[in-house]
Amino acid sequence: MTVDGSGTGVARPGASVVAGRALELLDAPVTDATLRRYLEGIPGVDAVGLEQRAAGLATRSIKTTSKRLALDRVIELIDLTTLEGADTPGKVRSLVAKAITPDPSDPTCPRVAAVCVYGDLAAVAIDALGPFHAPRARAAGATGIAVAAVATAFPSGRASLAVKLADVADAVAAGADEIDMVIDRGAFLSGRYEQVFEEIRAVKEACRRPDGEDAHLKVILEVGELVTYDNARRASWLAVLAGADFIKTSTGKVASNATLPMTLLMLEVVRDWHRLTGEKVGVKPAGGIRTSKDAIRNLVTVAETAGEEWLQPALFRIGASSLLNDVLLQRQKARTGHYSGADYVTID
Amino acid sequence: MSFLDYAPAPESRAILSLRPSYGLFVDGEFVDGNGPAFTTISPATEEGLAEIATADDADVDRAVAAARKAYDRVWSKLSGSDRGKYLFRIARLVQERARELAVAETLNNGKPIKESRDVDIPLVAAWFFYYAGWADKLDHAGLGADPRPLGVAGQIIPWNFPLLMLAWKIAPALASGNTVVLKPAETTPLTALLFAEILQQADLPPGVVNIVTGAGATGRAVVRHPDVDKIAFTGSTAVGREIARATAGTRKRLTLELGGKAANIVFDDAPIDQAIEGVVNGIFYNQGHVCCAGSRLLVQENVHDDVVERLKQRLTTLRLGDPLDKNTDIGAVNSAAQLERIRELTAAGEEEGATRWSPPCVLPEAGFWFAPTIFTGVQTSSRIAREEIFGPVLSILTFRTPQEAIAKANNTPYGLSAGIWSDKGSRVLAVADGLRAGVVWTNTFNRFDPASPFGGYKESGYGREGGKQGLAAYLAPSGGIR
Repeated sequence: MTVDGSGTGVARPGASVVAGRALELLDAPVTDATLRRYLEGIPGVDAVGLEQRAAGLATRSIKTTSKRLALDRVIELIDLTTLEGADTPGKVRSLVAKAITPDPSDPTCPRVAAVCVYGDLAAVAIDALGPFHAPRARAAGATGIAVAAVATAFPSGRASLAVKLADVADAVAAGADEIDMVIDRGAFLSGRYEQVFEEIRAVKEACRRPDGEDAHLKVILEVGELVTYDNARRASWLAVLAGADFIKTSTGKVASNATLPMTLLMLEVVRDWHRLTGEKVGVKPAGGIRTSKDAIRNLVTVAETAGEEWLQPALFRIGASSLLNDVLLQRQKARTGHYSGADYVTID
Repeated sequence: MSFLDYAPAPESRAILSLRPSYGLFVDGEFVDGNGPAFTTISPATEEGLAEIATADDADVDRAVAAARKAYDRVWSKLSGSDRGKYLFRIARLVQERARELAVAETLNNGKPIKESRDVDIPLVAAWFFYYAGWADKLDHAGLGADPRPLGVAGQIIPWNFPLLMLAWKIAPALASGNTVVLKPAETTPLTALLFAEILQQADLPPGVVNIVTGAGATGRAVVRHPDVDKIAFTGSTAVGREIARATAGTRKRLTLELGGKAANIVFDDAPIDQAIEGVVNGIFYNQGHVCCAGSRLLVQENVHDDVVERLKQRLTTLRLGDPLDKNTDIGAVNSAAQLERIRELTAAGEEEGATRWSPPCVLPEAGFWFAPTIFTGVQTSSRIAREEIFGPVLSILTFRTPQEAIAKANNTPYGLSAGIWSDKGSRVLAVADGLRAGVVWTNTFNRFDPASPFGGYKESGYGREGGKQGLAAYLAPSGGIR
């Protein structure tokens, strides 16, 4: 897997290559038994130590020039998200406008990486983006904003494989650049690793487009339902083995979402995967990151764990909705020297 | 610009206003010392911070007399709950002045501000709070009803955790009704003198705590003073021996907390990322100036290469530099003398054939600095595997079986601490059982709590500090000492 640095376009191996990747590591056919042997052979996670390390990273003091750099970087890494039952075309257009022009008072403000919506609204988002949509922008030599669609019976994942694949195909056909799928937590927790693996592989296949511009696959582990760090670590490895381009913490729909220790743990997995294979997989914490401070702590954790190279949209995203405005307030403060207030940033 | 080049984030020194010179703290007041004053410096810049008095024998005599008077007339007559009130008050004042104390500690010692701010000073307060609670409960200390204080305690503390070691010594001594003459380390007297100001603020009766500054001669005067009932010392094994000889055959009770050469044992089933963190914390915390530092890494041979590779990668993210910067991980070595010792021992390590590695690291020009260093291919016979380096230097050895790990871990004259990293509970318990070390950490390292006793086996000393056990060093059963 190579990174082209354009923001969203990651060249991906085909599904057969992916299967080969797992076959090579497992040194056996992909079955529950071989996956179990592999995943349960991965060193455990000590919860106290992991949380202590995350707390240590959170004490980094990012000031002045570093803070300004970090704030802009955070915006460039945001998947600006609306995932409500009440979402309408109007709401999505408003979100897209915010993604294109986060801060109307400051033309130097960067744009977010992507907007993230339900699959049925992907077409609305693409239409609203117009020339700013990533593929069109890329053709014109710019970066643009990608459209990510959640799929596979998001957020619960409780549907048949056929329904999930139809969900994905629908979003891909509508032009979604990225698919955020959920894993079947029930299958994972009951030890049916092969089923989780095959589902990810099938979704990856469904992400393919005839023009070769495959949709980018983010695999949501829903760590709040896996509960333990050991589970989260195994699920991360499973998703990476099955061909995920990104591993993502959460749907944002359960009580516990992206915590810093979880993000750290997933970054350790992609760092180890890179050491093992030379391939780079992305990480997306989503849900619960609402302040600039939290977001900057995430950047610190990325840079000091996987490396600064990961601080690009192809390898790190933050799924968030209210975060953007807090970052904009902090940016305005950095520019003007004083805090403005909620009425000086736009709601979407 | 690289994001990882974090902009400077220095803690402000404005909160700290040092006097140009400090006297000795005797009988509740700062008084001049008879010895020649000396300048205490910041080891990070070699900048002078303040003039410090030196106590000679006559000064020590005055301090002991003040302590004796305070013991006889005031402190031994106070109820436990009243002693506790003073200790609670001191604890709260430490918290109130925490930032100032952290800045002073970092300036004078060279340790990173994040350590003095997040570990040292909070623990100092915790120690006083903890022993404040004991002051009126001494009947339950396991020494029978109505245990008695010993009298005047002479306490000598090291430079690696200046204020924390002061708290470890003073809090249990006062809680159990003793009075104190304390000598801080020559290179790090500042926070002890700020602490003297806190005692004045707390209205502690004069003479209950006396602080005499100076070098080895001052410490010797405290140890040899005939009216001292108890000596508590933390420092090197060599000085500990000298003190033991000096107190032998006297009525003085003695506790010693001396050097260490702790083994940090990493098994092949360890939670690997957390183990790496623990190894880093074990030896690079406080520049390795920790008597219980995990200076010998014993790693199971089948994971040696992976552990070393991960460790190296992690070390490249450590930040060495201005100790006052909030992002600094490795500060300055405390003194030129200590730096010289670290250099000498690491040179010996190379001569003995071990492979030396340090991450790319720019050392500041002024001050005393040593890059974090690891040695691979170390044998149990190497000097760097046997002698306490007391610096940011890790010696890596391998083992094959738990039995061999235990044997190698114990194969040292020291026995202060050890660490075990494994996911298997039964193995952890079995190995811990076989280790001759006062503290055994499992899947963590360098964690301290006032409720937990700390102390050594063998040449690491005797006596325990912290917890209920720590009170025994300052109490005698009723009827024992009057």
